[in-house]
Amino acid sequence: MAGQTLFDKIWNRHVVTEKHGQTLLYVDRHLLHDGSIWGFERLRQNGWKMRRPDQAFATPDHYTPTHTASLDDLTDPRAREIALAIKSNSEEFGVTVFPWGDKRQGIAHVVGPEQGITLPGLTMVCGDSHTSTHGALGCISMGIGSSEVTHVMATQTLWQTKPKTMRINIEGKLGFSVTAKDVILAVIRQIGTAGGTGYAIEFAGSAIRDMSMEGRLTVCNMTIEAGSRCGMVAPDEKTIEYVKGRPFAPKGDKWDMALKFWRSLPSDDDAVFDAEVTVDANAIAPMVTWGNSPQEAVQVTERLPDPDKEDDPDRKATLLAAYDYMGLTPGMPIAEIAVDKVFIGACTNARIEDLRAAAAVAKGRKATVPTLVVPGSGLVKEQAEAEGLDKVFTEAGFEWRLPGCSMCVGMNGDLLKPGERSASTSNRNFRGRQGVDSRTHLVSPAMAAAAAITGHFTDVRTMMEDA
Amino acid sequence: MEPFKSFKSMGMPIDILNCDTDAIIPARFLRIPLDDPDYNQYLFHDLRFNEDGSEKPDFIMNQQPFRDAKVIVADVNWGCGSSREHAVGALVANGIRVVIAPSIADIHRSNCMKNGVLPVILSREDCDTLRAHMHEAPGAEIDVDLETQTVTALNGTTFNFEIGPFDKHRMLNGIDDIGMTMELDAEISAFENDRKDYAWL
Ligand code: SF4
Repeated sequence: MAGQTLFDKIWNRHVVTEKHGQTLLYVDRHLLHDGSIWGFERLRQNGWKMRRPDQAFATPDHYTPTHTASLDDLTDPRAREIALAIKSNSEEFGVTVFPWGDKRQGIAHVVGPEQGITLPGLTMVCGDSHTSTHGALGCISMGIGSSEVTHVMATQTLWQTKPKTMRINIEGKLGFSVTAKDVILAVIRQIGTAGGTGYAIEFAGSAIRDMSMEGRLTVCNMTIEAGSRCGMVAPDEKTIEYVKGRPFAPKGDKWDMALKFWRSLPSDDDAVFDAEVTVDANAIAPMVTWGNSPQEAVQVTERLPDPDKEDDPDRKATLLAAYDYMGLTPGMPIAEIAVDKVFIGACTNARIEDLRAAAAVAKGRKATVPTLVVPGSGLVKEQAEAEGLDKVFTEAGFEWRLPGCSMCVGMNGDLLKPGERSASTSNRNFRGRQGVDSRTHLVSPAMAAAAAITGHFTDVRTMMEDA
Repeated sequence: MEPFKSFKSMGMPIDILNCDTDAIIPARFLRIPLDDPDYNQYLFHDLRFNEDGSEKPDFIMNQQPFRDAKVIVADVNWGCGSSREHAVGALVANGIRVVIAPSIADIHRSNCMKNGVLPVILSREDCDTLRAHMHEAPGAEIDVDLETQTVTALNGTTFNFEIGPFDKHRMLNGIDDIGMTMELDAEISAFENDRKDYAWL
């Protein structure tokens, strides 16, 4: 018998039952955020209980204001209601909550790993597509819709069709100032935004092994942008080091048991994947997206592609539409695109390492465009302040905000104005994502900081050699 | 949930590749409850309306006869992006019960089925043909039958589609998953009580 993949080993241990080709999968951890309000309402309407509130954790992120810690400043009554509901709902149903004002509050996908809620070998879900992030620790973690959120609340299970498996081997060494964000943008450029549809993706290869946990979280975060609900990395000593001592991680004897189990999880040498892809890490450079799909990415030194060179008529139409929406001209060098605002944050890139990378570029320089830095959680904020990063940012003229999703999706009001262009460390450059007629370019934190200083996309490698 | 047996309506071609859920419903409407009487207005809102609320005449939903179309024929990777179920809510609020596409993003596909909207996968070629036909003959109807797994369009041409037996059963009978799973409570408890590999948890 062929060996098993990491995915199979975890999946097979969570099968409650199977019916007509679908699996009733047991869920170990359920993350809730302010948008989960609908799930609680449906439980209440039907008089259902939450089956395992002890396995659910809640934190507000999408609607959270980042400019104020005072409720009095939340003037929109609905925004106020949503911001507060998570606390009252969690208390009513017995869920652990890190409410607004708690220093553990933050973006669910930053908080989960940080608190040790995310652990190798688990199944995790959250009513948010970027739940794929957590797979970086070697668990099956998937985004679900709000009906499914209610299903998990009521039954602690989910009906699923087993996806196929894909391994993406990223082999080689990343160059100077090339980051995890550039890696995942390069992967998506290679396989396309639907390339992973129907698959669970395991990221492997020397570049992934060499990558920090923060970097792996960034890579897995954008798995959904490649069409896959679930990205993962085999747990290794780095994972174990990262998890150790976190508040909700196992302790004592349980820790020893967990270690033994986690070390058995990596895919067997003879495991067979339904698809394998290889990416050359040495060839990756800092990336910038220019269109309205994350696959519309180019290296910072490149020019924008020529739609007339596209043979596929659909591709050509997509490119032309993107040029029209983004207000750009084919063939122009990426470095000539000027930005109006810069956003450093989001579950993709709001961890401490991201802020350090941005601060390294900002240090001793001055922003020429308005720039927001939004830490992923209260603890990231605290850590950054302990390291003096907040000072670096404010001295460079960047705004240092409170944790939340912020301008990634703008549900809290942090938005671009129509026609404005951003350099953003978030994960989606869809039309209107950062506000009506907003134009988003996705980049790494270092590249975002570089754009903040020069006012246009700039190869951060040249700036760092200067320094 | 309303059972889905068959459905016949005018087809509406949406010629957008990778049509994401931010386009189907922009994020700022997610705070509005699904029973809001204006919910139908939020579908494709920013493609459909100018900032002053006037209609954008170029968008297909603003053109006759497509205003009354209840079957969408889309392009590759329909519903990608955010997991927001409101995207399906906005379809339902407009009476749309079927989306036909060459591929549909996983989370959105699942959200559709939870709300009685049938996701139908046909080949890219067939979807292209259907959309072209709807442009040439506006008002053309599409007849979708779940029992026989067929789409009938183009004056009688029939296309077969695949759907898993479990999904089919649930849609045909309008079965609410949660009630059904709750009946498996004993099995779930047995699973919870027998997890040797996870004693550390
Ligand atoms: S930061 Fe952005 S992508 Fe991440 S959970 Fe928040 S809104 Fe979603």
